[in-house]
Amino acid sequence: MTSLPSSSAAPAVAKLAAAAAAPGHDAQAEVEAEAYERTHVHGVYEAIAPHFSATRHKPWPAVASFLQAQHPGSVGLDVGCGNGKYLRENPAVFMLGSDRSAALVALARSRLGRSEEPDAAVAATTTTNAAAGSGVEFSHESGAAISDVLVADGLSLPFRDRAVDFAICVAVVHHLSTRARRQEAIRQLLRCVKTGEAPSGQVLVYVWALEQGNSRRGWDEGGEQDLLVPWVLKSTSQTQQSRTLRRGLDNPTTAKQDAVVANKSGEPPAPTMPAGDGPAAGTGGVGHTDPVVFQRYYHLYRKGELEEDVLAAGGVVITSGYERDNWWTVAANEAPPSQSEK
Amino acid sequence: MKVLTLNFLTCAVKTCKASNDSFPLHPKDAELAKDGVEINPQLLVNVLPRIDWTALRTTSTELGFPALPEQPPTAEDLTSDEKMLQELHTLLLETQMLEGKLVCGHCGHEYAVREGIANFLLPSHLV
Repeated sequence: MTSLPSSSAAPAVAKLAAAAAAPGHDAQAEVEAEAYERTHVHGVYEAIAPHFSATRHKPWPAVASFLQAQHPGSVGLDVGCGNGKYLRENPAVFMLGSDRSAALVALARSRLGRSEEPDAAVAATTTTNAAAGSGVEFSHESGAAISDVLVADGLSLPFRDRAVDFAICVAVVHHLSTRARRQEAIRQLLRCVKTGEAPSGQVLVYVWALEQGNSRRGWDEGGEQDLLVPWVLKSTSQTQQSRTLRRGLDNPTTAKQDAVVANKSGEPPAPTMPAGDGPAAGTGGVGHTDPVVFQRYYHLYRKGELEEDVLAAGGVVITSGYERDNWWTVAANEAPPSQSEK
Repeated sequence: MKVLTLNFLTCAVKTCKASNDSFPLHPKDAELAKDGVEINPQLLVNVLPRIDWTALRTTSTELGFPALPEQPPTAEDLTSDEKMLQELHTLLLETQMLEGKLVCGHCGHEYAVREGIANFLLPSHLV
């Protein structure tokens, strides 16, 4: 095996779904789903933020073209903005980024102040993490992108109704552990975009696909949709961001961080969570240089499921597609007039 | 956090959203700074229709700036009046709230702003 296998999250998710279905237990079920995501999503991103950020600087083409198509002076949301890589894709629009991870938002903010040099910015955030979190990056006079960031939960967005022209939500909704929560996340996005005036505000949602026949992850149609996907972080100290990270356990040359081998029968590595701010020791340890293993929860979307969730959220699907292991859809609150007759 | 951003923000508590008192949020103990941001007249003119002008007037006054006119400028006003354009640019895009709190006028919840970043995560009893 060249990399850590993903493991099934199905039992945990089944429990969450059962709790949600139990009459009169809605609030408790939400608390449980949230606790699960705190462990398997939020806590992970807080701990891996600098490393994660360093691996995230290439925009997805479908996202980039959606942003480029926005009218100058439009106001847009990027919900789950991560390190903010999409906040300056189109400098003619005002972007408001939000993320559940304060560590990632701090990184995004530090990048906003830097001049146009995405790769250099990434390098800087990974080597000078202390500066990234210190909040002293305000005085860059030139090239400052017209955008802003804040910390917020996608299910409790602090934006007023119909406030903005468009929204994007990239690689976020698949981290929510029940279908009701995924649909609610889309409903929240739709709530924030303008409606009742042409053109209706559009929402781009981008999620990981179950159908990944061309990737080495081994997932495909008919497979399990709820998974824990390991993120391997080599260092066990706070200085991890300055080190070269070993990719995979046994074969450092092949494994990509996200490239995991499905291993449905194998014993999954026990979920390991960071204690406090720093990463905790990983499982399966065999020595002092052990990588730290964080288990991120994913719901892999099957074909058509994202569109179903948009409809359940009260939206309409404007267009949708598939791009390198991901499903995406552009949704709105109402169909554009020209498409009313198909 | 920019003043323009504040114009899009309301309380994160779902039950507050129906109330007019939840918008705009009220700055408290605000520590402000001014960034140099290159002026982009087209962006300002185009962003104008997305701004809730009444709320912006409230925010501006609460932050201690001179009162804004009752009516928003038109696109023509802005393009022909360089001083007005510059003032609006300074208020909306250059003025940063670095520290302080944002208070919901409906539920009273206070959201912290630290190092220019507002945090809207709710304690579990408010979710």
